[in-house]
Amino acid sequence: MVDFEVVSLPATDHVAEGDEAPDFTRPLVNAEFWEDASLSELTADGPVCLVFHPMDGSFPATYIWNELRDRELGDHCTVVGVSISTPYAHKRLIEERNMDFDLFSDPANGVAEAYGVAHDLDGMAGVAEARPATFLIDADRTVQYAWVAEEWPDFPPYDDLEREIRALAD
Amino acid sequence: MSDEDPPITLYRLQACPYCERVVRTLDDLDLEYTSRFVEPMHSERDVVKRVAGSRPVPAIVDERTGVTMSESANVVDYLESTYGDGAAAGGAD
Repeated sequence: MVDFEVVSLPATDHVAEGDEAPDFTRPLVNAEFWEDASLSELTADGPVCLVFHPMDGSFPATYIWNELRDRELGDHCTVVGVSISTPYAHKRLIEERNMDFDLFSDPANGVAEAYGVAHDLDGMAGVAEARPATFLIDADRTVQYAWVAEEWPDFPPYDDLEREIRALAD
Repeated sequence: MSDEDPPITLYRLQACPYCERVVRTLDDLDLEYTSRFVEPMHSERDVVKRVAGSRPVPAIVDERTGVTMSESANVVDYLESTYGDGAAAGGAD
């Protein structure tokens, strides 16, 4: 990949390994409809990999979901995304990426704030979203693995993430 | 999705007045329900066709009675005759 300008993001006091993952309820979008769902409903069925991603349509969102889809991580645990995009945009993303993962819609960015991963976007006045971050959460809602972007742009360390998922879920 | 989900599922479209009419009836009868939002385009509503037989919304699925129904006037009549008059109001458990 070509070199691009990378900006360091400020240190953040984010949710860390060993912490209880904050519960939340937001519209959860699948390929056909959306309905309110909570994180704890998902963890009740087993481990969850919660993926914060930049808004739908941005190239990091496209790259992140292509990679997670191609690794078929949904075979091991529930993989679910969250971004500030609307349910309508999420449906497009799911369709365009041809992926089996559901996405939480969080336009007011409250979930990112609760996890300490909010990111004010330079040049888009009044818009904050999540910085890229992944949290692997077990069935007791304890965070077993956390990765939070320290640069912009930045991408999850996919090999590490896959290894952690397999260690926890398989 | 979970065992505690209300037995009534309402398939609805954002800002659709016929859907709001059903919501008002559900609220008046103190019935709990789960909202599932679908797309404005009929062709995008396969889930509604699958559960209700056709694509118009609002459509409801009532697991307590096994009834699946669309068309707001029908749905309102069904809800009022099934749960009206205090017979089962609030009995979402």
